[in-house]
Amino acid sequence: MRARPGWTVTVGMSSCGVAAGAEAVREAFRREIARRRLPAAIRITGCVGMCHREVLAEVSPPGGGATIYGDLTPERAARIVERHLLGGEPVREWIVADDRAPLHALPYFAKQKKIVLRNCGFIDPEEIDDAISMGGYEALRAVLAEGSPEAVIACVEASGLRGRGGAGYPTGAKWRRTRESPGAEKYVICNADEGDPGAFMDRSVLEGDPHTVLEGLAIAAYAVGASRGVVYVRAEYPLAVRRLRAAIGQAERRGLLGRDILGSGFDFSVALMEGAGAFVCGEETALIASLEGGRGMPRLRPPFPAARGLRGMPTCINNVETLANVPWIVRHGAERYAAIGTPGSRGTKVFALAGKVARGGLVEVPMGITLREIIEEIGGGSGTGLPVKAVQIGGPSGGCLPASRFDTPVDYESLKESGAIMGSGGMIVLDESACMVDIARYFLSFTRDESCGKCTFCRVGTKRMLEILDRIALGRAEEGDLDLLEELGRSVGIASLCGLGQTAPNPVLTTLRFFREEYEAHIRDRRCPAKKCRALFRYRVDPSRCTGCGACARVCPVGAVAGEKGRPHLIDEARCTRCGLCVEACPADAIAAE
Amino acid sequence: MKSTIAKSDAARDAAFRRLLSGAEESGSLIPLLQKTQGLYGYLPERALVRIARRLRLSPAQVYGVATFYGQFRLRPAGRHLVTVCHGTACHVAGAERISEALEGALGIRTGGTTPDGLFTLRNVACLGCCSLAPVMMVGETAHGRLTPAKAKAVLRRRAR
Ligand SMILES: Cc1cc2nc3c(=O)[nH]c(=O)nc-3n(C[C@H](O)[C@H](O)[C@H](O)COP(=O)(O)O)c2cc1C
Ligand code: FES
Repeated sequence: MRARPGWTVTVGMSSCGVAAGAEAVREAFRREIARRRLPAAIRITGCVGMCHREVLAEVSPPGGGATIYGDLTPERAARIVERHLLGGEPVREWIVADDRAPLHALPYFAKQKKIVLRNCGFIDPEEIDDAISMGGYEALRAVLAEGSPEAVIACVEASGLRGRGGAGYPTGAKWRRTRESPGAEKYVICNADEGDPGAFMDRSVLEGDPHTVLEGLAIAAYAVGASRGVVYVRAEYPLAVRRLRAAIGQAERRGLLGRDILGSGFDFSVALMEGAGAFVCGEETALIASLEGGRGMPRLRPPFPAARGLRGMPTCINNVETLANVPWIVRHGAERYAAIGTPGSRGTKVFALAGKVARGGLVEVPMGITLREIIEEIGGGSGTGLPVKAVQIGGPSGGCLPASRFDTPVDYESLKESGAIMGSGGMIVLDESACMVDIARYFLSFTRDESCGKCTFCRVGTKRMLEILDRIALGRAEEGDLDLLEELGRSVGIASLCGLGQTAPNPVLTTLRFFREEYEAHIRDRRCPAKKCRALFRYRVDPSRCTGCGACARVCPVGAVAGEKGRPHLIDEARCTRCGLCVEACPADAIAAE
Repeated sequence: MKSTIAKSDAARDAAFRRLLSGAEESGSLIPLLQKTQGLYGYLPERALVRIARRLRLSPAQVYGVATFYGQFRLRPAGRHLVTVCHGTACHVAGAERISEALEGALGIRTGGTTPDGLFTLRNVACLGCCSLAPVMMVGETAHGRLTPAKAKAVLRRRAR
């Protein structure tokens, strides 16, 4: 049977899809479709959030309906063209969802509520018409036609929306302050610096639905009285930069940005600025310093940017996700938004679920859902066979909560009480193989590197804390070191000017609070229970299992393994760097840590 | 930012002069540095001096900005920029072993460039593909779900 005209194959082409090999899969679809002269179009879309099943593609027959395939490779794409497009039979083994078992019924999506991510993975982010067909720019149109700036601010205030960039400041109140601050000119800035390692919410939104962010920014500009805006994007996100730049151009050509938008008399132009690789530039005053061409160093607030920001003018800075909520709120009303979530934390929050989790990806959940529901019901547990040990929330400013605290609801207040923070949305699941000293050390070495150096406590304090952690990891620490670590941590938190230093001790303090015995094992017994700290364990070859195949010796980067072919091998402990490559290479499972 | 390796030195210098003549205020310093690095692959000292003159800043100010941001390089990089992610997800998924395997295979340390000028190895604190950890980027292409062997194979393909 020949395929009828009008098939569509839509390949998920966000950074995560591309990293999983989406370019080659798209190419394979294209090649096979062309070779067989099939009447089928190939489209692209952003990330639907199921990063654990990438590469994803949707196949739609001419009559409508859809089959979504996952775990694709170029070979599988070719098979799908042959069997599904040409033969009319879907290929069962790689189906993720179809009309009988749709996406939203999967355990991964059942508890999610999509507002920010409503279009991601469904529209072609490079086609403005796709966005418009989903209601894009309707909120802006409505606001310009009938809403006064005052009404817009009142609506956002009533929705209860709080900033998603980390601090959770009420968005409506920020807009009001900017509007009321005197200034010859005002600015709006979209903070797309997303520097927290382990976070990719903003990237996915920018790559999957850039027009929603631009629309939110334009509404913010109208509300505060700004005619110019900047999107400050992290340089490590080349695809987001490219799609955003294209989106700005398209919106300008449609008269949705630029002069006299939709004939309303409202002018608003957007510039794009790429960050240059400094984490601290996500902090709002540092971001402004960077926009002005200087070193990105934070300054004391007040004055807040709402009063004195870019070029000394009132400036409203909002996070990508915050802005992406705005068009939905305007279109559906503040009440509907406020009905979702908890009294203090309205609406939804997007989390980047990664680490040791079976189903990782981007999830958007109503506030108030528990950590357990996210990690176990949506994420499906660790997926490694080992129990989940903890979850790290909020990146370098956040903390680690043990599995015993997984009934904590996800809202600003409860998370803060628990010692972690909501943060921007990074959520890294750790299983029993994780060493909490190693995790604390990891984050502190990050903040030490990224400290801008302005405050002594942040610059030197993080360094001293890291030295203590290094000593612990090397088995050279002493009894009093944990108290010293806690005291230093408290001082760094108090004596730093910006959020970076104020929150830098959190990963250390929370792990000390919940996993103190693990620190003590390193200090008292010179033992790393998870076998991560390299000075505290060694690798040994079990001579009764070793077949002498030599695989270990071949992969060892430092030449620490020796042995004759066919005879048990030996690891030179002094030379070994504990990289573990030999363990992975051994076909006989003969090498173990002890 | 694409680097235009194929251009001749003279063409690059001409493009740099055009860049400079378009720049006026100090607010444009960072984009100017980014474009300059896009042209040369790094920030040559003489370019920094001329940028300073053009924007009426001291060379020290320009140097201060160039060294503050992780993106800028004051030395030429290899043809392929290999960026290994050491974000949280990649860290727990074994990023360190990816780096070690690549250091071993290339015979350089992170931060270094191979003597043949083919590869520069560096770290980054998250590429935003955390669900596919461990991840690395070669040029602008991200590679996910790496193992030490897969990472080495990617570089072998590039070296050809
Ligand atoms: C060290 C540091 C890094 C930050 N990084 C970001 C970031 O990458 N993205 C972001 O939106 N906000 C970041 N923030 C928070 C911003 O300062 C600011 O609060 C936020 O952009 C305001 O937007 P919102 O009210 O919509 O959340 C950071 C703060 C600090 C202290
Ligand atoms: S932690 Fe490596 S991509 Fe985010």
